Amino acid sequence: MSVDQATVRRVAHLSRIAVTEDEVAHLQGELNAILAFVEQLGEVDTTGVEPMTSVIPMQLPLRTDVVNDGGDARRVLANAPVAEDGFFAVPKVVE
Amino acid sequence: MTELTRLTVTAAREGLAQGHFTATELTQAYLDAIAPAGDLNAYVLATPDKALEMAKASDERIAKGEAGPLEGIPLGIKDMFATNGVRTTACSNIIKNFVPPYESTVTSQLWRDGAVLLGKLNQDEFAMGSSNESSAFGPAVNPWRRNGSAQPLVPGGSSGGSAAAVAAHICAAAAGTDTGGSIRQPAAFTGTVGIKPTYGRCSRWGIIAYASSLDQAGPIARSVNDAALLLRSMAGHDPKDSTSANLPVPDYEAAVGASVKGKRIGIPREYRVDGMSAEIARLWDKGADMLRDAGAEVVEISLPHTKYALPAYYIVALAEASSNLARYDGVRYGERVPGRDIVEMYEKTRAAGFGDEVRRRIMIGTYVLSAGYYDAYYLKAQKVRTLIKRDFEIAFAEGIDAVLAPATPSAAFGIGEKSSGDPVEMYLQDVFTVTLNMAGLPGIAVPAGLSSEGLPLGLQLIGRPFGEEGLFSLAQVIEEAAGRFEIAERWWE
Repeated sequence: MSVDQATVRRVAHLSRIAVTEDEVAHLQGELNAILAFVEQLGEVDTTGVEPMTSVIPMQLPLRTDVVNDGGDARRVLANAPVAEDGFFAVPKVVE
Repeated sequence: MTELTRLTVTAAREGLAQGHFTATELTQAYLDAIAPAGDLNAYVLATPDKALEMAKASDERIAKGEAGPLEGIPLGIKDMFATNGVRTTACSNIIKNFVPPYESTVTSQLWRDGAVLLGKLNQDEFAMGSSNESSAFGPAVNPWRRNGSAQPLVPGGSSGGSAAAVAAHICAAAAGTDTGGSIRQPAAFTGTVGIKPTYGRCSRWGIIAYASSLDQAGPIARSVNDAALLLRSMAGHDPKDSTSANLPVPDYEAAVGASVKGKRIGIPREYRVDGMSAEIARLWDKGADMLRDAGAEVVEISLPHTKYALPAYYIVALAEASSNLARYDGVRYGERVPGRDIVEMYEKTRAAGFGDEVRRRIMIGTYVLSAGYYDAYYLKAQKVRTLIKRDFEIAFAEGIDAVLAPATPSAAFGIGEKSSGDPVEMYLQDVFTVTLNMAGLPGIAVPAGLSSEGLPLGLQLIGRPFGEEGLFSLAQVIEEAAGRFEIAERWWE
């Protein structure tokens, strides 16, 4: 499978990465080179093979559902690019 | 190089215990070695004040007879590990001013055991690369050069700054991370020892995530014994990482020097890839001889799905990366570029903050997970992954204790040599290392010889799950037979 320029733009948007028109052609070439490389997996017969879900067999641990951390808005917000009144601030989302 | 920075961790520990020198003197010697080593670009942040403060505390504990296993040992830390109050960037512009208010579990265990932080080490951006060239701080430079040449070489990647710093004796050892070969390939390129432990052996909590089902932390050091010492402190169960293994941590140092008599070592015929240099092939044979001389039995084995590990890796890792890196959106941390609305803000923030390789990987990951392609790519790759792991399980069930393979297809290459044009050319660097990450197995890279051009070459030993002790015993045999490799000319000073 190879991608066309419209797909490159769609994937860039899904990835939430702005790309300029100049970059699209270049990215198309690079993405197609990588996709051509992974294409060889088609040669492998995977009939009846279970997909890997856990590389080392382990049981997911359970813990009591209690609050065990938090309550420190100051530290949580310390690296925020914009914060107001103890909250992260973003452009208006709902009109 | 001073007498103090020449010492291995093992020897420095002895000297500190005997009172031959203080932790402060040892730390100062490293700080004095870091200062003129700017040309290596190994450190992205040196923390001299913190280092001296920690060394002073170490000296006090030594005086009181309360020394930890790594008391007073000055370490460099890859910039993937969150360090409390110390800038942590993953060498990306998108979090170039991030100061974590918490400490990763692995580094907190190093400090618990008395180690001293010298600073944060260069790497490929978000650990995505095999040459350290994708770092937002510019490439780290290999302290090794070809005979009679001043051409700058890559130290490998992604833990390139870590390997360069250890080889150049500007830290006693380093903590790195390995997702597809990022500890072992740079170790091989710099004549150092690096181990990627079994998936789950070290906690991933507080390590910046690249591909969560593959990422593992491990040490880079100047000797097998040093690596064993460090891993003992780094490993262990952590309730904050649900994939960390709840198993006791063995005394790895006790395994160094243990007999390998009767161990069965597999040589996988599929690793004899097209285009393998004659030099690497000879080194591999030599390594088999070293193990045979020590009493191990060397047999040819087959790992038939080897060839598919790399393409499957590039689907699994990139899919996980696209998901993990969604968090860099300019809201909770990192740099923000304003936009008309929130989507434009995200898009501009991420376009400005991510470098080319990271952008490429996120886009591929997004594509293979997108509607209509998930089964063809991601599900297929996870099935191939099952087959790759099964290859090893069959070999181990047939009595193989460990697998011997080259660590890299070549010696270190020049900066810029592989960074233009086809991204796949760089990906092939990981051909011998990536299978283990896919199978969750431990692997150690150990220097085994020099190329005709005078560059270090490494071999890799691959073990059973949680078989790190066996790997240390085998690696020690190679280290003893091959010797250790030091840089003759310290051109950067």
